Amino acid sequence: MTPPDATAQARPSLGALFLGFAKIGLMGFGGVAPVARHVIVEDRRWLSEQEYAALLSVGQVLPGPNVVNTSLMIGDRFHGLLGAATALTGIMAMPLVLLIVFATLYGTVAENPIARAAMAGAAAASAGLVIGMAIKMARKLKPGVVALVFIGLAFVAAGVLRLPLVEAIIVLAPLSILAAWKFGK
Amino acid sequence: MMVLIQLAITFTAISLVAIGGANAVVPEIHRRVVDVFGWMTDSTFATVFALSQVAPGPNVLIVSLVGWQVAGLAGLAVATLAMLLPSGVLALTVSRVLARHENSRAVKIIKVGLVPVTIGLIAASGLVMARASYTGVAAMAITAGAVVFTVMTERNPLWALAGGAVIGALVSYFT
Repeated sequence: MTPPDATAQARPSLGALFLGFAKIGLMGFGGVAPVARHVIVEDRRWLSEQEYAALLSVGQVLPGPNVVNTSLMIGDRFHGLLGAATALTGIMAMPLVLLIVFATLYGTVAENPIARAAMAGAAAASAGLVIGMAIKMARKLKPGVVALVFIGLAFVAAGVLRLPLVEAIIVLAPLSILAAWKFGK
Repeated sequence: MMVLIQLAITFTAISLVAIGGANAVVPEIHRRVVDVFGWMTDSTFATVFALSQVAPGPNVLIVSLVGWQVAGLAGLAVATLAMLLPSGVLALTVSRVLARHENSRAVKIIKVGLVPVTIGLIAASGLVMARASYTGVAAMAITAGAVVFTVMTERNPLWALAGGAVIGALVSYFT
């Protein structure tokens, strides 16, 4: 493991936490994961790449929405339960309001072919953002051979073979931990 | 009132099995909402799903929208909280236990071991999304462009989405 990123800053205030997560919620079109990583690691520098990867991993093996889980953990880490509630409110509040607006407008927009094409274009871009996020995390974390094998196995299991996520996680997570224990320094 | 209780029970149960996030349990949500309770038709559910993907915010918003569709604002609140609270309490508990034993070898190994699986699963979901959004060469170029954008810059991902939307609209307008 490389040492934690020295640029990671001291703990944000509750207000900063709320605004950061509100930004994540509002900009998270087509899934919040890429923008959450961008805000937390690159923009606000609350966590290093390593710390974020570790929290996201814990959020992923536990039930519940990954990024929401991670938000709760980050809020809790900086400000306890109040911080967790602040992060959750930040990431959910505005999207909930916008969702109702979208739901009301959707009929009209969905009829328009240009709007449909624009949404399809944005969907294609959001796929690229997610792939890019994985590549970037892998590059920054400099995985060893064993880790690369498990990145590959998880990718093939869920992406190529399309096995259900639960099965992929239940099988691969313990094996990967076992391998980290066996082959780790 | 009855329907609110059913919403609460349904989403509390789903919350605790939603390993892999909200999108992983969409089939189960569909089964309960359409087949078991008959709260909405197949096509309404498809619209609800599409909306939750188009709107900004976490994918879990699909649950909020189902609640809203079934029982208005109260339904939205009950469904959202039922989906988020049980898994959230579990996540906080686990995170605090891990933080308390931050320096133990076991916790370090668990974290080191989980990260590769997470990265692989993120890449996999990107591939699944790319396949789902593939409509031709233009879509593939947009996806590839967004990959390069993310890897090469630290800019806001929203730029790539806006670029994708504009290119998508232009291509359809001129063809």
